[in-house]
Amino acid sequence: MKLGMAIEELHRSENDLTSTLLAMSDRHKTDHEVFYVTRDIAKWSREHVAELARVGRDYGLDLDPEAKDDPGFVASLRQKSSELMGRRPEPGLLLLADLRHLHRQAAGISLDWELLAQGAQAAKDRELLALSERCHPQTLRILRFANAKLKEASPQVLAS
Amino acid sequence: MKLDRIAEPWGSRTPYGPGETWPTRVDSYLADGLTEADVDRWVQSATILHSNGDGLDIAVKDEKIVGVRGREVDRVNHGRLGPKDLFGWQANNSPDRLTRPLIRRKGKLVETDWDTAMDAVVNRTKELLDEQGPSAISFYTTGQLFLEEYYTLGLIAHGGIGTNHVDGNTRLCTATAAAALKESFACDGQPGSYTDIDHADVIALYGHNMAETQTVLWTRVLDRLAGPNPPKVICVDPRMTPVAREATIHLAPRPGTNVMLMNALLHEIIANGWVDDDYVSAHAVGFAELEKRVADYPPEVAAEVCDVPAEQIREAARIIGHAERLLSTVLQGFYQSHQASAAAVQVNNVNIIRGMLGRPGCGVLQMNGQPTAENTRECGGDGDLPAFRNWDNDEHIEDLAKVWNVDPMQIPHYSSPTHLMQMMRYAEQGSIRFMWVQATNPAVSLPELARIREILSQDRLFLVVQDIFLSETAQLADVVLPAATWGEKTGTFTNVDRTVHLSDKAVEPPGEARPDLDIFIDYARRLGLEDKDGQPLVKWSDAEGAFEGWKECSRGRPCDYTGMSYAKLRGGSGIQWPCNEENPDGTERIYADGKFWADPSYCESFGRDMVTGAPLSETEYKTLNPSGKAVLKAAEYLAPHEIPSQDFPFQLITGRTLYHFHTRTKTARAPQLQAAAPEVWIELSAGDAADRKFTEGDLLEITTPRGRVEARLRISGIRPGVAFLPFHYGYWDTPGGHGPGKKEGRAANELTITDWDPVSKQPLFKTAAAAVRRIEKAKGRSSAAPTTTGSAPVAGTPPQTRGGAAAEAGEALTAGGRR
Repeated sequence: MKLGMAIEELHRSENDLTSTLLAMSDRHKTDHEVFYVTRDIAKWSREHVAELARVGRDYGLDLDPEAKDDPGFVASLRQKSSELMGRRPEPGLLLLADLRHLHRQAAGISLDWELLAQGAQAAKDRELLALSERCHPQTLRILRFANAKLKEASPQVLAS
Repeated sequence: MKLDRIAEPWGSRTPYGPGETWPTRVDSYLADGLTEADVDRWVQSATILHSNGDGLDIAVKDEKIVGVRGREVDRVNHGRLGPKDLFGWQANNSPDRLTRPLIRRKGKLVETDWDTAMDAVVNRTKELLDEQGPSAISFYTTGQLFLEEYYTLGLIAHGGIGTNHVDGNTRLCTATAAAALKESFACDGQPGSYTDIDHADVIALYGHNMAETQTVLWTRVLDRLAGPNPPKVICVDPRMTPVAREATIHLAPRPGTNVMLMNALLHEIIANGWVDDDYVSAHAVGFAELEKRVADYPPEVAAEVCDVPAEQIREAARIIGHAERLLSTVLQGFYQSHQASAAAVQVNNVNIIRGMLGRPGCGVLQMNGQPTAENTRECGGDGDLPAFRNWDNDEHIEDLAKVWNVDPMQIPHYSSPTHLMQMMRYAEQGSIRFMWVQATNPAVSLPELARIREILSQDRLFLVVQDIFLSETAQLADVVLPAATWGEKTGTFTNVDRTVHLSDKAVEPPGEARPDLDIFIDYARRLGLEDKDGQPLVKWSDAEGAFEGWKECSRGRPCDYTGMSYAKLRGGSGIQWPCNEENPDGTERIYADGKFWADPSYCESFGRDMVTGAPLSETEYKTLNPSGKAVLKAAEYLAPHEIPSQDFPFQLITGRTLYHFHTRTKTARAPQLQAAAPEVWIELSAGDAADRKFTEGDLLEITTPRGRVEARLRISGIRPGVAFLPFHYGYWDTPGGHGPGKKEGRAANELTITDWDPVSKQPLFKTAAAAVRRIEKAKGRSSAAPTTTGSAPVAGTPPQTRGGAAAEAGEALTAGGRR
């Protein structure tokens, strides 16, 4: 039974995704929509971390239900440097790079949820299946957000 | 009969009952004691200082505008006018009008001639097109020009220059209305009609202070309330507005919690079985998802979050749930708040699940703020393509390219057109280097003004401002173009309920001022814009020609104008689109029989994710809604981004007053209106004032992390914990000129936050955390807030708002009206 491993792996990835979203938010404080939306959707991956920790107990895992947070000073440092760079064009390229990274990360996690759902069905674990059916759509929304934002932001960055 | 219309903004009652015709009442105002016998001629038009679209005639004497009179035959107002219509026209005659182009030389704006000004604009455009391409060029238009002008601008920008950066200040007032309609019905287009007020038994107003934003429409409601079998009124507003005072139920939620409240209302409606199951199964998709979502939002949960008693939520839901003819209206209390589109969509959901659409009394009015905002939306003057074409549908682009005779590749459609706040961001980063602002005033009306002033003042940004006065924004421009306004040019415009009016030219513009349409056409010709056959891109040279061009563009689309003409619009009443061969007299209600414009191949939009704002793909939409039904879109509640703290304990909301429009450039130049609300004020609740021992008239300092403003206190019926500032007051009539200068700020937007709804991209003006402190006691002074409106005092005895003899306007009751 490797389901425990899959849960542990997903718990780690969702944790990383939370960090990615929050760091990205801070780095793009002057791109206001990115700043706020990434924070809003980080809530989803945070909830996934907590939920995975909860079901993990059934598989003998002791996972932290709290997503790990960057220390406050790192966040404020990132926000400050974003503000200092606010009038310059370089953050445009950085935003594209960050969105690309986010997309890849969310795509990986989406596959992991797929795997977990398949495993849950095979193991007839209804709770685990319900969890992945609840969480996976949100991961897909993060994925689509990264894709849509990339489509919207790239023409101006690349053609100016 | 004469009536002080400053003291009595809604005039006399003409009561009527359900299903009856609203009696007429002809309002008029002529300057300088003139009588109708003195008037040389009357010229047909409609009102422009709000979105209601009331038909009026302009009085001309000695080639000058001298007054106005409501058109009795008009379907919208049945002769009535509001205070802004009666008195606002005087701004046309102001000595402050711009009469010559201005150009910046050695840091100063100096007068110049049209050739010099236009060559400067055209040369800079050409330089930037050579150097960077169309991504350097942007247009920021308005909700106050005419249809013909927006359509021509959209053609020039999208079809000629090929830039994606075109938006209107409708982004601030009506973007969420359009977005909410696109989410629920996959297409813009107002489901309701004003005549629904004549039939409704329940009218629910969500964040819509109709009494102040559309005074004549509110007069219609007041007349129903004064008549037999009046409708029940539900009001959702954190302030004790005139609407709230008439309401059967007034819900005053915490700002930023609208989605929570709406979900609780939907929860009750569904849990109690007040759903029209037949309608839903035949005409909508997404009910299961909505039911599942709102199951988590019982009134008790909402009561906590919104701070509204659960019993009140239940009672409101019961009234809505038992309505036989439900009219819902929505405005800025939802549109400029956190989760704007999600909340406005839930209002659509209420009407959809109750099967209350497309029949008399059953409608939704997703309102606009400005007179011609609807045209900005339908003609491609904002972040949309003309005639509700879908930027994500290649066939629509090809079709538009055919109408314009350009290569489809020329029309940007790689993403939705750039919205205003993003344009400002590109200008901040330096990739937009040319911005042409028309008839709007971002230096006062956009959030976080210190930032906006910085952006607009940059040397690297070439700023063109086209206006009728030297506004705060115009003072920052490189070139200022003097425009003609309403009454000085001909064109059409369309109101909230799709009524199209013709506005004929009454007098010549002052000095060298020119109609906006002429300026655009001149620009296109000087720039040498051509279609793909080498012919001039803009094929018309006057307003009627532009209208004919637009008709072709609108053919077969939801906003079909092909059955209209200037001749048909002249005389008589306004006409509602769609107006075509099948509907030669226009269409009062769309979506009758549950038929929508939502088919994947026809619709304007595939919708967006309600939280991230990401557009859905064609495939996703086809899966969701293959047969073009209404879409019930559920939304989860998210907490607002800036919440009160120990340092900033109040929630600051901004808004308007009945007597002013936008940034007062016109209304402050109409003496009666200016005197009614001459200076900024702040509203707090009685409890919050008592806790701090504040009294009426105390001078307060209001601060947020963005800035500070000083204003005198009005203790009003606003809910505790909330502070209200009117947004009209800028600096053009202060020593600061374009900004606070050395003086303290008075523009509410010094304080607001840069944040917007991810779906509609409408900036949030109703969610900021603020602190207040007293800097000077009243010492007998009062605040300048009107006493007749939402700012009515609940403590102290400030002077009553009166206009006196100067504000006496005629009122002719033709159908046995009584007071």
